[in-house]
Amino acid sequence: MWSDELVRARLHVVTGKGGTGKTTVAAALAVALASGGGRTLLVEVEGRQGIAHLFDIPPLPYQERRIAVAPGGGEVRALAVDAEEALLDYFTMFYNLGFAARTLRRMGAIEFATTLAPGLRDVLLTGKVKEATTRATNGIRTYDAVVLDAPPTGRVVRFLDVTRAMADLAKVGPIHNQSKGVVRLLHSADTAVHVVTLLEDMPVAETLDTVGELDLADLRPGAVLVNRARPSRLPDQSVTAAANGQIQADRIRAGLLAARLDLDPAVLDGLVAETVEHAMRVEAERHARARLADAGMPLIELPELTEPGGDGVDLGGVYELAEALRRQGVR
Amino acid sequence: MSSPTPLDIDALLDNSATRVVVCCGAGGVGKTTTAAALALRAAERGRSVVVLTIDPARRLAQALGLPELTNNPRLVAPTAEIQAAGGQLHAMMLDMRRTFDEMVQAHASPERAAIIIANPFYQAISSSFSGTQEYMAMEKLGQLVAARQWELVVVDTPPSRSALDFLDAPQRLSSFLDGRMIRLLSAPARAGGRGVRRLVGASFGLFTRAISTILGGQMLADASAFVQAFDTMFGGFRERATATYELLRAPGTEFVVIATPEADAVREAAYFVDRLATESMPLAGLVLNRTHPVLAQLPAARAETVAESLERAGPAANSAGSLAAAVLRLHADRVALAQRERRLLARFRRAHPAVPVIAVPALAVDVHDLPELRGIGRLLAGEQPTVRDPTPAPLRDHSAN
Repeated sequence: MWSDELVRARLHVVTGKGGTGKTTVAAALAVALASGGGRTLLVEVEGRQGIAHLFDIPPLPYQERRIAVAPGGGEVRALAVDAEEALLDYFTMFYNLGFAARTLRRMGAIEFATTLAPGLRDVLLTGKVKEATTRATNGIRTYDAVVLDAPPTGRVVRFLDVTRAMADLAKVGPIHNQSKGVVRLLHSADTAVHVVTLLEDMPVAETLDTVGELDLADLRPGAVLVNRARPSRLPDQSVTAAANGQIQADRIRAGLLAARLDLDPAVLDGLVAETVEHAMRVEAERHARARLADAGMPLIELPELTEPGGDGVDLGGVYELAEALRRQGVR
Repeated sequence: MSSPTPLDIDALLDNSATRVVVCCGAGGVGKTTTAAALALRAAERGRSVVVLTIDPARRLAQALGLPELTNNPRLVAPTAEIQAAGGQLHAMMLDMRRTFDEMVQAHASPERAAIIIANPFYQAISSSFSGTQEYMAMEKLGQLVAARQWELVVVDTPPSRSALDFLDAPQRLSSFLDGRMIRLLSAPARAGGRGVRRLVGASFGLFTRAISTILGGQMLADASAFVQAFDTMFGGFRERATATYELLRAPGTEFVVIATPEADAVREAAYFVDRLATESMPLAGLVLNRTHPVLAQLPAARAETVAESLERAGPAANSAGSLAAAVLRLHADRVALAQRERRLLARFRRAHPAVPVIAVPALAVDVHDLPELRGIGRLLAGEQPTVRDPTPAPLRDHSAN
C-alpha cells in the first residue's frame, strides 16, 4: 500500500530495468495523482518520446502541454525536457546569446558542451524538473505532483547524484546556484524514487541493487511497483507440488471426467505441461515477491493488461493501471 | 498470409562462409543469452567459435566459466559434445575502458599514450560517453576477426535503449572526437575556423566564455590538452572505426535481430530490420524470444465453459473438480496470451514478409549452466523442447492467423 510519506511526496521519480514498463507506470501514476481535480506534470528526459507514443500524440515539444484528463476532473500535462534546449535557455537568460546560440546549436556547439561534461546534461535536466516541481504563482503551486520518467535502474542513481555532477562544473554562476536547490529537493522528503519491476530474477535483482544504491546516495526509495502481475490460477497447495513436477494428472482427469469433458491423452498431457509451467512461474514469482518484501518498501501491484489489441499498452490501459494505483492508496 | 520462412539457425551456423553473427535488439530481450547459446551450438557442431558478451548476468557468466571481467577470450571447458564434434569455444566479456586504453596504446607512442590516458577528459569519455560501449564493442569485434583464430565470431551488443544505437553510437563518438568544436575551442586559428568565426561573429567569443563560466576553465584546458595529444592518432582511430563498420557489411557477417513478443520490442526490431536494409547489412532473421505456445489443443471457450460448470459445483464438493477448473482457466489464459503474441508477430510479418523468423518458447527459469544453454540452442534451431513438454506446439506455425 501507498504510505503516508508517499502521499506527501511531490516529486515522484520512476525508474526500472529496461523492458519493465517504466514509462507506462509513470504515466499511470501521473493520472492517478491527478485524479479528483489535481494537476500533475509527467516529464521525460531521455529524448525517446515515450510519452507521445503511449498517448498516441505528436512528439512533445520542449513545452508543457495537456495530454490527458484524469477521472474526477484532474489534468495531466507532459513535458519532454531536452538538455540542449535547457542550455539554450541559460544562454539566452544569462548571457544574452539568444540568436547566436541557435546558430551555435546548428554547428553542434551545444551538443558539444553537454557532451563535454556529462554531469552538465544531468544538472540541466534535473534543474528543469526542480523548476516545475517548485513553480508557484501567487503562492499556489502549479503542479500538485511531478512524475519523472527517469533513466533506467543502471543509470538513475548517477543521474540523480547532482552533487557529483556539479563537480564537473564551475563553482559559480547560475547553473551552480540552481543545482544547489536541486540537491536540496532531491534529498528531501518531497522526493520519492519508485522502482518498477517484473516478478522475474533479473529485474528483481536490479531493483534490490538500486534500492541499496539509493540508500547509499541518501536518496529516498519510494515504492516498488510490480508491473504485469498475473493471477495465480492454482490453489496454493497445488503450486509447490506442481512446480516440483508432482502434478496429479489423475486428479485433473477425474475432475474433467466429472464435468463430462473426455480428453484424448495428448490434450491431457498438454494441459499438465501448461499447469507445470504455470506453477513454476507462480512459484518463482512468490520467491521474487518475498525478496522484494525484504527491501522493506511499500509494494504496489499492477495487473498485466490483457486487451486484445496486441499493440502494447494503450490509453485505456493507462487508466486501468491508474485505477489499480488508486485502489492501493495512491493519491 | 503467405507461409513464413523459418529462420534456419543450423544452416547459418554450419555455413563456413558465416564469419560473424551479430545479435541485436532492444534491452532486456535476451541478446546475451541468445549469443551464448548460438556460440555453444556452433561449437558443438564442430566450429571454432568465440563469443563476445557485454555485461552478462552473473549466472550466465559462470556457466561460461567467466568468473570476472576478462577483456580477452578464455577457453570454455569443452563439453563432451564439443569434443566429439571437434569444435572449440572461447568466451569473453567486454571491458570498454581497457579496450579504449589498448586502442590508444596501439595508436600512439608510449609517452603520448600515457599522457592521453592520464587526461581527465579522456577518462570521462572512455568511461561515460554514451557511445563508448558500442564503439568499443565494435573495436573488439574488429580485433577478434583480425586475429583469425576463430572460424566464427558471435557478438552480443550493448544494452542500449534502442537497438539502433549499436550502429549510430560509434559514428557519434567519432564525430565528437573529430568535431570542429573541440578544435575551435582548443585552437580556433589552427582549425581554419576563420570562416566560422566570421559567420558567428563576436558571439563565438561570448559562447566560449559562457561555456567556460559553466564548465570551469579546467575542463576546457583538459579537453584542449586531450585534443592536442589525440590529434596525431585520430586518423588511425577513424580508419579503424570505418573498417570495422565496413566489416558489418562484408560477406560473412549476419545479423540476428531479437525481440520478445511485446509491442515495444517488436517495434524496435522492425526499426532495426529497416535500418539494416538501408545500410545493406545482411539480416539472417528474427528470433522471437520467450513466446508461450499453446501446449494442449483445446479451444479456450470450451475450457472456460467447463471450468465454469466445475466451479458452480463448488470447491468443497470436489477438490479434483476445482483443480481441473483451475487447469482449464490457466489454459484459457494461455490461449489468449498465445493469440496476442501471434497477432503481434503477424503485424511484423505484414510489414516484413521476407524476414525469416524463429520463435523460442519462454523457459521457467534463467539459464545457469551449459546444458540449459544447450537447450536454448535447440529451441533456436527449431528443435522440439524436451523437458516436461510432451506435446509442444510446432514453433513455426505463428502465421496461423
